[in-house]
Order: sequence, then C-alpha cells, then structure tokens
Amino acid sequence: MSGKYTVSREDWSLHRKGEIDRERHREKVREAIKKNLADVVSEESIILSDGRKVVKVPIRSLEEYHFRFDTGKNKHAGQGEGGTKEGDLLGSEQKKGTGKGQGAGEEPGVDYYEAEVTIEELAQLIFEDLGLPNLQQKKKPELASEALEFKDVRKKGLSSNIDRKRTILEAIKRNALKGKKGFENISRDDLRFKTWDLTFKYESSAVVLAMMDTSGSMGPYEKYIARSFFFWMVRFLRTKYQNVKIVFLAHHVEAKETTEEEFFTKGASGGTRCSSVYKLALDIIEQRYNPQDYNIYAFHFSDGDNLSSDNDKCINYVSELLKVCNLVGYGEIEGPYYISSTLRSAFKKIIDPKFTCVGIKDKADVYPALKKFFNPNPQTGL
Amino acid sequence: MHPMEEKKLLEESIDQIIAIAKNFNLDFYDMYFEICPAEIIYSFGAYGMPTRFSHWTFGKAYHKMKTQYDYNLSRIYEMVINSDPCYAFLLEGNSLVQNKMVIAHVLGHCDFFKNNYYFKKTSRNMVETMSTAAQRIRGYEFKYGRNKVEAFIDSVISLQENVDPQRYIAGDVTLTPGTKYGSSCGGHGCGGGNSCSGNKCCGGSCKDKDHDSHSKSQQNATPYDDLWDLDKKKDEGDKDQENSVKKFPEKPEKDLLMFMMNHARDLEEWQRDIISIIRNEMLYFWPQMQTKIMNEGWASYWHMRIIRELDLDEEEALEFAKMHAGVIQTSKYRINPYHLGLKIFEDIEKRWDNPTDEEKRKYRRVDGQGRQKIFEVRETENDISFIRNYLTEQLVEDLDLYLYKKVGYDWKVTDKDWEKVRDGLVRSLYNCGIPYIVVEDGDFGKRGELYLKHLHEGIDLDIYYLERTLPHVYKIWGRGVHLETVVDNKKVLFSFAGEKPTKKYL
Repeated sequence: MSGKYTVSREDWSLHRKGEIDRERHREKVREAIKKNLADVVSEESIILSDGRKVVKVPIRSLEEYHFRFDTGKNKHAGQGEGGTKEGDLLGSEQKKGTGKGQGAGEEPGVDYYEAEVTIEELAQLIFEDLGLPNLQQKKKPELASEALEFKDVRKKGLSSNIDRKRTILEAIKRNALKGKKGFENISRDDLRFKTWDLTFKYESSAVVLAMMDTSGSMGPYEKYIARSFFFWMVRFLRTKYQNVKIVFLAHHVEAKETTEEEFFTKGASGGTRCSSVYKLALDIIEQRYNPQDYNIYAFHFSDGDNLSSDNDKCINYVSELLKVCNLVGYGEIEGPYYISSTLRSAFKKIIDPKFTCVGIKDKADVYPALKKFFNPNPQTGL
Repeated sequence: MHPMEEKKLLEESIDQIIAIAKNFNLDFYDMYFEICPAEIIYSFGAYGMPTRFSHWTFGKAYHKMKTQYDYNLSRIYEMVINSDPCYAFLLEGNSLVQNKMVIAHVLGHCDFFKNNYYFKKTSRNMVETMSTAAQRIRGYEFKYGRNKVEAFIDSVISLQENVDPQRYIAGDVTLTPGTKYGSSCGGHGCGGGNSCSGNKCCGGSCKDKDHDSHSKSQQNATPYDDLWDLDKKKDEGDKDQENSVKKFPEKPEKDLLMFMMNHARDLEEWQRDIISIIRNEMLYFWPQMQTKIMNEGWASYWHMRIIRELDLDEEEALEFAKMHAGVIQTSKYRINPYHLGLKIFEDIEKRWDNPTDEEKRKYRRVDGQGRQKIFEVRETENDISFIRNYLTEQLVEDLDLYLYKKVGYDWKVTDKDWEKVRDGLVRSLYNCGIPYIVVEDGDFGKRGELYLKHLHEGIDLDIYYLERTLPHVYKIWGRGVHLETVVDNKKVLFSFAGEKPTKKYL
C-alpha cells in the first residue's frame, strides 16, 4: 500500500551537528597548524603576503588517508562536446609555487587540503609559546598623554553634556510610574549628564636592531631566513608594545644603516667584520634610543665567517650591547659551505641570560630560533 | 506567500505527481517529505544520513559543501534516503516548480531503492539503526574519552571501504561453492571445541573438503558439475604439501574490517562495536555507490517524463529546463552519472521499441517493448553490467566519451575506441573504484602479524596514501602489518610496525 505521503516542516534550529563537527574540524586544523608551525613560520606565502589578511596554509595531516589508486597513473573517463580525438589536450596541471587560481581544480586527484587562516590567527598560535624574558622596569614609563574618557553618568553636570537618551528614558519611566503612557515633559529630576574621568595612557616603545651580514657568502636563501625571523619578531613585539621601530643595519667589513628593501635584497661582497655592526648599533642607541625609554632588541644574522682578529672586539661590543638591550641574539646560518665558525665559538664565552645564540640550518629552524629567543623562562629553556 | 498556502500548493502538486508516477507503474514506498533549511540539508549530505554519528570528517565535508553553497557554486535541491517510508528532504526556498522536479526525481530514486536487486538486502530501518549506533558511540566518548574514541574512528574510517559487499548482497553463499566463507557452514556437522576431527577448522569457520562434496551432492546435476571437481582435484593435489601448514584465513579475505573485528587480539568490546557500526553503514551505502549511474539516470528519466505530464506555464517550463540542463551538464574531466544514465536508459527504450530486423530474427524481439525492458534493467543490473551490456558504439560516439590520462603535466585523451572506452569505464567502476585488497595471512611469520595483498590489476596504488594508511591498520590490528602490491611492475612489500613504514622489493 504505497502512495501515501506527508509533508512537514520541523523546526531545525536546534540541529547543530553539522556545525559542531565543523567546529571540531576547524579545531583540528588549528592543531595541525600548531604541529607544523616550524614549516608554517617560514612559509613564503605568509612572509611575502604583503598585508593580505588571509593566507593559505597547506595542511597535510587533515587528509583522510585510505588505500586508493594513484590518480596520476590511472585512466579516467570524461565527456567532450563532440569530435574529441585521441591525443587531444584537456588541460595542464598548474605547477606548484605559482599563485593558485580560485576554485578547486576539476582534475582528478587534486584534493590536498589548504586551510585558510588569517595572519592574526596564525600569529596567535605562533606567539602562544613566546614571551618577553628579562623585562626591566624602565625608569619612567613613557607618559604619552592625558586622556579624557567618558564613562560615568551623573545627575549634575555641564548642560552641553546632557545624555539625551538617558534623560528621555528617565522621563518615560517617571510617567509610567504614574500610570501615564509615553513621553511628555522633562522635569529637572530627569536630567542626566555624561561625565569624564581623567586617565593616563602609557606608551611603551620597542626598537629592533636588525643586523645582517651581507658579505658575499650570504645568498638570497640566507637572507630569506633572516627575513622570516624578523617578520615574526616585529609582529610579536607589536603585540607587546604600542610602538615598534626597526632599524636595519647591514655590514660586511663596514656597517651602515639601510632601508628595509636594501637590507633584504642588496648583495655585497668582501670580507666580514662583525664588530663594525655592533659598534654602529651602539652608536645608534646612544644617539637615538635611550635605553631608559626604549626596550631594545638586537639580533644579528651571519654565517659566522668572521675575521679571527675581530672576535675579541665583537665580544666586547656585545657585552656593551647587553648592558643597554633587553635581548641580544645571534643567529648563525649554517649554509652548505658552513665550517664550524669562529664567531659562535667565541661567543661561548659570553654568559648572560639576555644573550641567545642559535644555529639555523634550514627554514624549519626559524620557529625554534624564535622560541629560543623569546623564551619566557630562560632558565628552563636550555 | 504564506507558509500554509505554500504547503497546500505543494501538497496539490505531490498528489498530482504521485498519480502520474503510479500511472507510469513506478513502485515506491510511502513518502515522507521534509522541508528544511540549507544548513540542514547540507549536513545530511555530508553525513549521508541525518542520524549518523558525529565525526570531524563529516564536519570537513559539511564545511566544503556549505562553503560552495554560500558562494553559490553548487546547490543540493534534495536529499533522499533509502528507507521505508522513504525520507526526502527538500531545500527550503526551492520554488514550486523546482520542488515539482525534485519530487518527481525522488520518486524515481525511491522506485529504484525498492526494486533494484542490489538493494534487496539493505536495511530499510537504517535511520533508526544509525541513530542508536550514534548514541552508543556518544556513550563511548563519555566513558573512554572523546580523543581516544575519535582517534579509533579515524583508523576505522580509513579502512571503511575495505569490506566485502558482494558476499553480503549475494546473501546465500551456498549458491557459489567456489567462495567459502565462515558464515556458510551453518548447520554442517562441525561444532565448536573438539568435535572437529579434521585439521581444517579454525575460528568458527569450517572449511573441510567434505563440506564441498557434501553440498555438491545436494545440488541438482548440471552440465557444469565438473567445474567443481577441478577445484577439488587441485585442492587434493595440494593436500600433501599443505596438510601441515594451516592457513589463516584459509582463503584470502576481502572484508578487512570484519577480519580485524573478529581476529585482532587486543581490541576492546567498544572498539569492535565501532568497527561493526562503520562496516555496517558502509554495507548500507555500497549499493548506492555501485548503482550511481543507473540510479541517477533512472530518476532523471522519470522526472522528465513526469514533468512533461504536468501543466506548466511558460515561466515554469523555462525554469524547469534550466534546472534540468544544470543537472545533466557534462564535464570533460568526469562522467556525469545523471547524464550518462539518462542517455543509456533512453537508448535502451528506443532500441527495444524499434528492434532491427536482425534483432527480431535472432532474439525474437517485438516492437514496443522499450518501457518493459528498462523496468527490467532497473531491477537486475548494477552500473558495471549496465555499462557493459548497454553502452553501445553509437552512444560512445554520440556522447563523445573518451578516456584520458596524465602525461607529464598534461591531461591528454588516450582512447576513443568505443570498446576501450566502455571497458575503461567498467574498470573504473570495478569494486566502486576502490583497490581490491585481501587478508592473505592473519598470522604472518607466526608472529600474529597481518599480511595484506593488493590484487594488482594494472593500476598502482597511491604510495603516499598507502604509507599513511598502514599505521591505521596497525592501530586496529595491534601488531605488525604488511601490504604486498606492485609498483612499476615490481612486487613490493610495505610494512609498518609502529615506527616508520618500510619498503622492500620482493
């Protein structure tokens, strides 16, 4: 006996299963990103994102693995619009690295998962484990301004500051108590005024001294590593300070201040004398950034191939820097021609919780370096 | 329009459509139509069933579908469930004519569910079954912790396609003495414990040679009986060598989930239950996977025929035409099951309506048998036999079907010859496009390890995926696992025992 039917329309607003599992999936994406932070941190699409808000992060671990055929080796069936011949070209796979077009490819097998996250979200994940160690009380917290903040309502006040909405509400209320509907006249008792409090806004500032060896041995790859490091470093400091400035100092035998673009792109050649940049850093601090007012973070990237005669000078200058900086770091990029360096072993003599020395072999080491540098508990970090 | 008025109009149309459908001899269950908002219909689409258990993979699917909907890239108009009564969900906001088409389409599906052979064994109470299963899983989450249960489901889901629906759908296994399964020996004199005098009794399944001859003697004599003996003689020949080596499982076992559920040593009861739930749900969905082309073709065939009987005004007719065109739109990268199925059914009808002289002479076909024939086809075939039997040279030509392959960075058409195209299509449908993998040895190396074998039929496995799926097998089996396959014409054994997958050429 068939042919009977019902039509109904239930209230589905409480059916949240899809949304709940969707949220769980998102949670897993976040977990996956967190696990892959080392790769994500130095992901080109992010470092070079030029202010785009949403970045795509390739996530491998959220795929649903199962036994399946190799789509590349497999033949598939398709349907043309007539007249298709053997050997006809249907399409080409885009090579990786070029900006991917919108929309998932129609081709078979293209289903690796790209999670979309905002840079803020990503930064949050990355910064979760970072902290600012060795914070010192600056002598006077930079008093930026006195600010007025309207955050109170009173019965007396300046007539220019009447809070109209509240006043009318009072009038309605009073009338309602008498059993009268609506808004009539306003009595003196109804008047409400906005009033302000005086507050002080403290402004904190930090300055990053980005120093880099631009001698011949520092290629684009080494610079890219330095770039990703500074990218996150500045971003991180911005979450802690209202005002973050960066000073770019490049050096080979001599040091000079450069623009950001020059810093990351311009190549130079010649020998390496690291003390030059430390000296310049000290000068700049003395002239422009009073350690009383600024939190100073200095970080230097090099391949460690320093003139041996210069090492002692370096140690002296770094000790000087340590007196005025919150943190001083030295990152040594261990490229293909890396020989155990002289500078890093020389720096072993410096024992100061504010000084960090890291070796970076490849992109994946940027995140550990960040973590080491901004280790909230330096004692346990080693 | 007021919702009540809308409902009334809808009900009038349904009355009309059902009457037309019955006139066409469609045979369906009682219908339960539910109008629901997009989020709900998309979540049903992602889960395959409104009441299914909760898992992040469904959330991922839902997110994908919902996003496409939000960006107006795709739209599901309906969702229909193989159950009795048949549940059909209509998208809130469908126009009346859209709903008319959807309802006609749904009746086609329901007729197919009810009458196609491959659905004969599917449970029609799956809505309730899945709901109680979901409740049990929720209970396990409370008891054993969500992460633990989720991780286990992850593993089982990765193997969910490795079941053996053929056995389940064929049901009575004694029909095919060549295939021997544990479940086939009910009633035969082989109880548990010590009553097994022979050495061929393991784990509740009973495989002694007597059993074959025994069942054979009960069968009617046919001209093909000697075929059984071939099998037997070979077995006897092997007996001397094999007598001492007890194989486990005796014959390669395709149902990995069932094998592991029964024989993995360290599983807890709740874990076996989860395997059983997921396996059961896969068996329920399998007939839908193996009749996708037919089912969609059948439903499309009928929504066209039924809508033609309705009195549509110009605007409605145009809207219907647009929607129908969207449904049967083809793609150069894949076969649209709606389109292909529809065309084949129409072709069959045409050919059986007007048989050629040769067909009349040879097969004694008479004019005007088209309708009857397509009803027969919808009852007896699945996609593979449907394509093999009814995809003709003319159709391949007319529809411009081809095979293509990746050459370097390009996707290129490789075959246009109609038989190659047909066979290629059939091959891609074989086992629903899922690699055929069997348990070869459940006690490999006498260490209780699991030895799987991929029956290689010309297409290699995705190695990247394989190496990441093996750990899931290991997680369920609890001991070392191996998979034998062929990569670039060389036999390879992949193994995993908890650390890193290894690879060895055999």
